[in-house]
Amino acid sequence: MNNVKGFPHNQGVHVFPIIEKNDLAAKVYRYIIKAPNIVKKAKAGQFVILRLYEDGERIPITLADWDEARGTITLYVQAVGKTTIMMSMMKAGDSLMDVVGPFGVPSHVEKGKTFVALGGGFGIAAIHPIVRAHRVIGNRTISIIGARSKELLIMENEMRAVSDDVRIATDDGSYGTKGFVTTILKSMLEKNEPIDVVLAIGPVVMMKAVSDLTKPYGVQTLVSLNPIMMDGTGMCGACRVVVGNKMQFACVDGPEFNGHDVDFELLTARQKMYSPQEKISLEIFEKICQTQEQRETAAW
Amino acid sequence: MTDKIDTQRKLTNKERMKISRHAMPEQDPLERAKNFFEVPLGYTPELAIEEAERCIQCKNPKCIEGCPVNVKIPQFIFHVAMGNFELAAQTLKETNALPAVCGRVCPQEEQCEIVCNISAKVEPVAIGRLERFVADWERASRKISIPSLAPPTGRKIAVIGAGPAGLTCAGDLAKLGHTVTIFEALHKPGGVLVYGIPEFRLPKQIVEAEVHYLEKMGVQIQCDFVVGMTRTIDELMNEDGFDAVFIGTGAGLPYFMGIPGENLNGVYSANEFLTRMNLMKGFEFPNHADTPVPMAKHFAVIGGGNTAMDAARTARRLPWAEKVYIVYRRSHIEMPARKEEIHHGEEEGIEFLLLTNPTRFLGDNGWLVAMECQKMELGEPDASGRRKPIPIAGSEFVLSVEAAIVATGNGSNPLINKTTPGLAANKYGNIIADETGKTSREGVWAGGDIVIGAATVIKAMGAGKKAAAAMHEYVMAKK
Ligand SMILES: Cc1cc2nc3c(=O)[nH]c(=O)nc-3n(C[C@H](O)[C@H](O)[C@H](O)COP(=O)(O)OP(=O)(O)OC[C@H]3O[C@@H](n4cnc5c(N)ncnc54)[C@H](O)[C@@H]3O)c2cc1C
Ligand code: SF4
Ligand code: FES
Repeated sequence: MNNVKGFPHNQGVHVFPIIEKNDLAAKVYRYIIKAPNIVKKAKAGQFVILRLYEDGERIPITLADWDEARGTITLYVQAVGKTTIMMSMMKAGDSLMDVVGPFGVPSHVEKGKTFVALGGGFGIAAIHPIVRAHRVIGNRTISIIGARSKELLIMENEMRAVSDDVRIATDDGSYGTKGFVTTILKSMLEKNEPIDVVLAIGPVVMMKAVSDLTKPYGVQTLVSLNPIMMDGTGMCGACRVVVGNKMQFACVDGPEFNGHDVDFELLTARQKMYSPQEKISLEIFEKICQTQEQRETAAW
Repeated sequence: MTDKIDTQRKLTNKERMKISRHAMPEQDPLERAKNFFEVPLGYTPELAIEEAERCIQCKNPKCIEGCPVNVKIPQFIFHVAMGNFELAAQTLKETNALPAVCGRVCPQEEQCEIVCNISAKVEPVAIGRLERFVADWERASRKISIPSLAPPTGRKIAVIGAGPAGLTCAGDLAKLGHTVTIFEALHKPGGVLVYGIPEFRLPKQIVEAEVHYLEKMGVQIQCDFVVGMTRTIDELMNEDGFDAVFIGTGAGLPYFMGIPGENLNGVYSANEFLTRMNLMKGFEFPNHADTPVPMAKHFAVIGGGNTAMDAARTARRLPWAEKVYIVYRRSHIEMPARKEEIHHGEEEGIEFLLLTNPTRFLGDNGWLVAMECQKMELGEPDASGRRKPIPIAGSEFVLSVEAAIVATGNGSNPLINKTTPGLAANKYGNIIADETGKTSREGVWAGGDIVIGAATVIKAMGAGKKAAAAMHEYVMAKK
């Protein structure tokens, strides 16, 4: 009888080593990973898909940075589900089984624009290379970054290095303006500060709020969508979104779209497609971790 | 297992034709509907020899012409009849690099077997089952012969896509002494053979063994490499020193139907569902694989082709699936799926709703709860030669399902076309190529589903073979 497991677990050779790992705030980790093929082509606004081990799932992660000389890419990953929690348990020196990309249409960067980017939570990592790309060609760049409180804010220094101006919002007012990133954008719009393009990357509610806010002002607004993905090549359609009443595959047609045309309600619903299963997966995993811990404590 | 079995009987043609065609033992339908093990269990050596004895070794063997890669069918069958399985395997592999795959998934009933000379009087020789037997015997015996390779030519060739077209092309080029690298977007080689066709019809171990065989011949396989994104064809040729490129990227763009409710949670493309189940081993979720699969009780699969049958039979095997429907707008005889697959599906308890077409998906809070369908009747034949289905007014009804899998066809992926200037494609995005696979770009060949649209494994292999021969001439003439 044939083995249902299919391929034996023979891929012992992991080719994507973690060079450096840092524990940032709020379960967000920064990983520097060797992936020389991807570095050669990486552009602002693109993402990679990774898989930790045989039998693992494929998950998309935005490229936050890359280093041509070292052949490394930088990813910021929040540990929220089984795969990302497992990844947070990995150390420098461990390797990922697969990293593939870069995927997606790079951000459109045009000279002579005042560019305002909003990043919420670890969405800040995603706006970082795009802000830099604008800065490099001489555009005025304003970054509005936010977190729930001061300790949870990430990448402030990195953002300062690529922005002409950084404005900060915290929900509890422990740093910068009290409120959301949209609070700052709202007052900028009301004061008629010059803005040519707005980019928002973060949770769906945040991207929707930004799009709703800019619409009456007619300011061009881009959002980077994060639906469930699998292959990243346009093969499965899991990542489909509706933009301007048209079905689009976020992995190949996006991930950046015009925020004023996006059906955010649909995106929110589709992100929950596998929520019950993800919960089961996480519960089983946590149980395994617990038993392991108990065993280790017992052994002491 | 013995190499030779002493049954080299002398039989007359009349005696041969008296032997009836041997069925393959199969797993019991009710049992197998609960597992992902392969359905047919294969011939025993005794059954294989007896089946091989049915072949009358025609002077003018039609079967060879019927085979898209012209396998020397009577010769390999002769070796089987003699109990000489090793020779049979060698004969097969002269023309077919993936016999264990072809023996399982080729539509022999419309290729070699339909033209088998004895089929005028009796049932044709079971060529496919014999092919499968020989390939399996060879793998089990571990007497896998590596063909002799020509001396290195110093020419470098890139093959894009590790599906049947790319694998075959790479194998032939390696045999001719070229340095061949396959670039594959996914994390495993095999194309549809690993992401589409399910375990119970084509165990992934077999694909792996056939891929491994190519690697032993010196073919390099670079997975996680998306040509167009990781590197373009121009970069491969101008910067990385590849003398020629073969494109075998398949028909991997799912079509949706454009009806309301298509984006509800619970509506999947067949590609998504099958990839989750096969490539990502979702059938072992949550204990041994992390990729989630639909937890629905009632599944509808829309379409009548191989993909639809595979999706339905896969859904049927999920322990929580209570009911699986095939919804197809024409009737039984127009279904493009292989008869054998339809038959297997029926045996396993799939319910066929024929002459039925979905008109919209109904949702509750973003989740699919039902599908509205319409009954159809058949009118005059259309452009495809099949009778055109016409909706019957007022025949709408609602089918309760929480998962719907759309298997109504695939288009071609535009990634390569978009990133390769000067590569001509038709309005469907299929790359335009001549009969050797040569495209409008110097040094670039293409073959398989990306050229002819979704077709068959063996046609893709045939295209890979033809292209390899032409590419060989081209690179050898190059200074
Ligand atoms: C569910 C299903 C069941 C089927 N059943 C049968 C059957 O029983 N019998 C039969 O004969 N045929 C069957 N077919 C059809 C058959 O599988 C295909 O015709 C055949 O696989 C085509 O081979 P190919 O090499 O052209 O492409 P594919 O098998 O599609 O392989 C293409 C490969 O290229 C890769 N690729 C794509 N783009 C890129 C890129 N830009 N860079 C790198 N790699 C890339 C893909 O990931 C893939 O691995 C079935 C198809 C499906 C979907
Ligand atoms: S046509 Fe049939 S009987 Fe004749 S050689 Fe081929 S398989 Fe044998
Ligand atoms: S992730 Fe599969 S099509 Fe986009």
